[in-house]
Amino acid sequence: MTIEVKNLVKKFGSFAALDGVDLKVNDGELLALLGPSGSGKTTLLRIIAGLDWPDSGEVSFNGEDALAQGARERHVGFVFQHYALFRHMTVFENVAFGLRVQPRAVRKDEAAIRSRVKELLDLVQLDWLADRYPSQLSGGQRQRIALARALAIEPRILLLDEPFGALDAKVRKELRKWLRSLHHEIHVTSIFVTHDQEEALEVANRVVVMDKGRIEQIGSPDDVYDNPATAFVHGFIGESIVLPIQIGDGAIRLGDRQLDLAADGLAPGASKLFVRRHDMLVGPPGSGAFEGAVQHVRNFGPVQRAEVALSGGETIEIDAPRDKELRAGDTIGLNPRRYRIFAG
Amino acid sequence: MGLTLSWLSVIILIPLAGLFLRSLELSPEQFWNILSSRRTLNALRVSFGLAFAAACVNLVMGSIIVWALVRYRFPGRRIFDAIVDVPFALPTAVAGVALTALFAEKGWLGAPLAALGLKVAFTPVGIFVAMIFIGIPFVVRTVQPVLQDLDPEIEEAAGSLGASRLQTIVRVILPSLAPALLTGLALAFARAVGEYGSVIFIAGNLPNVSEIAPLLIVIRLSEFRYADATAIAVVMLVVSFVIIFAVNRLQRWAQSRIPAR
Amino acid sequence: MTMQIADSVSLSASDSQARAHAAAARNNLRTEPRAVRIVIITLALLFLTVFVVLPLVVVFAQAFSRGILAYFAALAEPEAMAAIKLTLIVAAISVGLNLVFGLVAAWAIAKFEFPGKTFLITLIDLPFSVSPVISGLVFVLLFGAQGYFGSWLREHDIQILFAVPGIALATTFVTFPFVARALIPLMQEQGTQEEEAAISLGASGLQTFFRVTLPNIKWGVLYGVLLCNARAMGEFGAVSVVSGHIRGETNTMPLLVEILYNEYQFVAAFAIASLLAMLALITLIAKTILERHLDEGQDASDH
Repeated sequence: MTIEVKNLVKKFGSFAALDGVDLKVNDGELLALLGPSGSGKTTLLRIIAGLDWPDSGEVSFNGEDALAQGARERHVGFVFQHYALFRHMTVFENVAFGLRVQPRAVRKDEAAIRSRVKELLDLVQLDWLADRYPSQLSGGQRQRIALARALAIEPRILLLDEPFGALDAKVRKELRKWLRSLHHEIHVTSIFVTHDQEEALEVANRVVVMDKGRIEQIGSPDDVYDNPATAFVHGFIGESIVLPIQIGDGAIRLGDRQLDLAADGLAPGASKLFVRRHDMLVGPPGSGAFEGAVQHVRNFGPVQRAEVALSGGETIEIDAPRDKELRAGDTIGLNPRRYRIFAG
Repeated sequence: MGLTLSWLSVIILIPLAGLFLRSLELSPEQFWNILSSRRTLNALRVSFGLAFAAACVNLVMGSIIVWALVRYRFPGRRIFDAIVDVPFALPTAVAGVALTALFAEKGWLGAPLAALGLKVAFTPVGIFVAMIFIGIPFVVRTVQPVLQDLDPEIEEAAGSLGASRLQTIVRVILPSLAPALLTGLALAFARAVGEYGSVIFIAGNLPNVSEIAPLLIVIRLSEFRYADATAIAVVMLVVSFVIIFAVNRLQRWAQSRIPAR
Repeated sequence: MTMQIADSVSLSASDSQARAHAAAARNNLRTEPRAVRIVIITLALLFLTVFVVLPLVVVFAQAFSRGILAYFAALAEPEAMAAIKLTLIVAAISVGLNLVFGLVAAWAIAKFEFPGKTFLITLIDLPFSVSPVISGLVFVLLFGAQGYFGSWLREHDIQILFAVPGIALATTFVTFPFVARALIPLMQEQGTQEEEAAISLGASGLQTFFRVTLPNIKWGVLYGVLLCNARAMGEFGAVSVVSGHIRGETNTMPLLVEILYNEYQFVAAFAIASLLAMLALITLIAKTILERHLDEGQDASDH
């Protein structure tokens, strides 16, 4: 099912949670809404679900106006950050809930409900917990049951609000992979909200980066990582080096030093240079756009992380491969393999 | 430590021990004879039966009241919230004469009801009304904190899964409130059974018809029939104790199934 | 032409906003339709008005039914004055005694572990859950003419029942739990760390109690005293049994209300009742204020 959102605005008093959001979600894709808290991602998700309403704008499912219906009619599966499992019901009854409350005309008979619930519990690999109560489950188990419960009603879309936010790191990683393979199996159009960029990049087909109620960029994980469209996206995703530069007279300056980088087509004035830590290539002094003295080195997994004081005043951190050992005091040249310049 | 225990013994244990010892002086046969006398049985029937009926009314009305107070906004909400505590704070004798004046045949409410053919004061109905009055705070105050702390996402989850509002209330909200509701019911019942001051003015106090057990105890005392009074008191005590025990058990069971997050 | 388009655009924008608001209200998953809400609120308010507001109003209406002069005349009667005096004395005694021993009991329970602690807590709740008539009965069994101590008391010419000491004892018994119940959760929640700190700094037990414990629990103490006093002044059942109803001597205010009412002296009865009703209302107001203080204290201690 495709979803289209046009010019959505939602204000809480004078605070604009959504400030004109446009989005198209393709059938069957797994989409991540990524951004810091306050960026509007959860608000957007809840409006799509029908749990909240926009002040203005349109939301359509397969071309039909979704705002004419409430959450009950929209047939969406929603997974809450804190699971919202019914504490007084067993796991089985929780998953069966959506099937039990259907109008009599549509409702399946008991046997059909039972087999469907079993099917779902098998899908999330927790059929052995069917008779337990939510209070007896771990966080990761609860989340999977919440997912099974949402899937029971055969939703047209699956919406997940920071599904792994309340879990610890190891469980988060496992569930991430599991969600990805689950989506592969079921192919329901799914949107999930997260503030964890690693999660978004690892799991989603496409990523929507949001900040302050607006969409900064939409693209595949590679797109968003390699070709960030705005300063915010570049800074939010991956580890970036940010250098304040001046553009004028066809040259780029860092402090008082002119950089050996092309300035064509760039607007004059103060700007920022964004480079990824591992995109700064190390060479002999004088060979690169930048020059600096190594202050401090430490090994960091597969790379050396070196603190370098640039001649131009700034101190930056770079990640260099470990084949050529750097030492404190070395003078080196640095060349950005890939970089972006954003005004402001 | 010693001071507390000695004070407690003096003020509580010894009197209560006196009560039980006194009743033990009676042989089981005498005990049974007192209890099974027609007047005693009827007094117990009136007290327990009407107290249960009144507690049930308070269960229903208390639920409606607490829902309105917690879920809705309306002018005067705060004042009505405070008013719920009045039956708790008002001296029982004051409540007794006030309710009688209100429901007597010439009273503000008694008159229209009499015109409809319903006599309230000086009948068992009056006892029923007084017992409702004193039970009002129990269901409301017991359920209120539970309802206030209910997770809003639970209702959103139920709705998003397709439940209608009624289904959500019946299948999701009420079960969460059930332990508190039952506790409130039990507390209202226990209070109504032992109530004296609020009831004796509006009750007819006719033996076998509208005589409550506490009144019978007082009458027996004035007749110096201490043994009879004691026997009735023991029965009431035992039942109250059982109720409190059951309520504690209920609360502990509820706690185990629905732990705080 | 441009104006027409602009108008229609702005119209549809506010139109869609109105639609959005209506849809939001209709589809809120957490509330009932407006008609249902109105019915529930009306039922609740009607019930409370009939059962609580009207009785309160009736008390004052009856008390003033013959005018203000009659009201004050009734209160100035010697019997009324005696009853008021007795009520105040008895309340002072029970509150005083229960304050001290409630403090001690709460302190023991909250700060120490000892065998029989649960039993103690159940015991404290006992007067609360027992019919007031039974409470009175218990004292008659002990101190009455045929009671356990009856003959001993007669020998020593001590009058407990049908006199002030009996009333004070019964009232103290019935109001025993209020101070302790107010203090126990408060002190348990506060824990023992501050007291331990004081002791480690060299304070004696008594100093610790007065300088550290007491200031922390002052709102709880006031709350417990307030409720204890309200109950002590208004107690009817237990006192009725032990007092003997001797006019001018052993009638508290609630008992006098009963007597006057049974003699059809309605204005007088309701005049005294109105004093008790005012006491109840003042107690409720003070209770609400104190509760706010207690909640603030809890929030502060969470930080």
